[in-house]
Amino acid sequence: MTQPVVAAGMASPDVTPPLAEGLQGIVADWSSDQRAFKNVPWGKAMMWIFLLSDTFIFSSFLISYMTVRMSTTVPWPNPSEVFALTIGGKSIPLILIAIMTFILISSSGTMALAVNYGYRKNRVVTFWLLLATAALGATFVGMQAFEWSKLIFEEGVRPWGNPMGAAQFGSSFFMITGFHGTHVSIGVIFLIIVAIKVLRGDLDKQRPGFLTGRRGNYEIVETMGLYWHFVDLVWVFIFAVFYLW
Amino acid sequence: MTQAETHAPHAAEAAAHEEVGQHHPLGIYFKIWGLLFVLSTASYLVDYFHFQGYLRWFLIVTFMLLKAGLIVAVFMHMVWERLALAYAILVPPLLLLVLMGIGAFEGDHTFLTRGTFFGAAPAVTAPAKHP
Repeated sequence: MTQPVVAAGMASPDVTPPLAEGLQGIVADWSSDQRAFKNVPWGKAMMWIFLLSDTFIFSSFLISYMTVRMSTTVPWPNPSEVFALTIGGKSIPLILIAIMTFILISSSGTMALAVNYGYRKNRVVTFWLLLATAALGATFVGMQAFEWSKLIFEEGVRPWGNPMGAAQFGSSFFMITGFHGTHVSIGVIFLIIVAIKVLRGDLDKQRPGFLTGRRGNYEIVETMGLYWHFVDLVWVFIFAVFYLW
Repeated sequence: MTQAETHAPHAAEAAAHEEVGQHHPLGIYFKIWGLLFVLSTASYLVDYFHFQGYLRWFLIVTFMLLKAGLIVAVFMHMVWERLALAYAILVPPLLLLVLMGIGAFEGDHTFLTRGTFFGAAPAVTAPAKHP
């Protein structure tokens, strides 16, 4: 019985026996040979580990922001007023940031759908959803550019000081939102690359990507999705502790 | 072994491959999407209605953690991953609580020191002139 199976190239050892669940599963996975992360493609496990390191980077920024904000004796500028916009002659607090939040959440939604349609091997729908995600991401970056210019040219905010209060406001703001905006921009570029690969049928034909000999498959859409959701995740924390504090 | 006997090799290979990807009904993504909108609106309203003090902090942090949890659990598929991966990724960030404690301790200390030694603080650290 084993002969034709091996001949067909099915020597995959993780088909049998069934994997243990719960705490026993953790011990079994970590003490097993070759790989601890079962049932996930290596690219996805590595993306998770990258995101873990990125979590520490963003957390370090947010915690140092907390430290300087707690240590200053000068009143902190009120974000609710600093980021207010006047629409129709009425000043609405934080409205730009709220819109940016909804845009980023929506891009996370279209990304999740793209991953789902990717696994259904629906090439065209996946492409359009990825493109929609990239477009929403680009809109977010555009609005952030608007916000930065308003703060720099109209409000006179600089990394070393501002007319509204504590000098640390500018350095924290530019550092945190700048780093996040860079992540979004890189994400948009990669979304476009993945979208093109999907549309060309690279993933269906298992064509190797650039810089790698590994065959393309729809798992890269999910790995891309992990990065994109992480960018949204970081924004959740920035929105809460920087804009709402 | 029974699986290999009943299925053709290609079907078995496809089934083995099937386990790798995340396949879920579309409905759950729309539900989470909607929930994230509701939670974001709620946290915006905290600011809009000028809630202050501990109530503000409680609401902001609750909405923040709920949103983060929904994104990681469903959008990033963490609830469906094996615990070996979930724990490897979710447990280490708890260390950040220590850094947060150190930061808060230092921030407080610096604030008190500035108050003690600089007296009327605004006169010393006057708002910087901008060009």
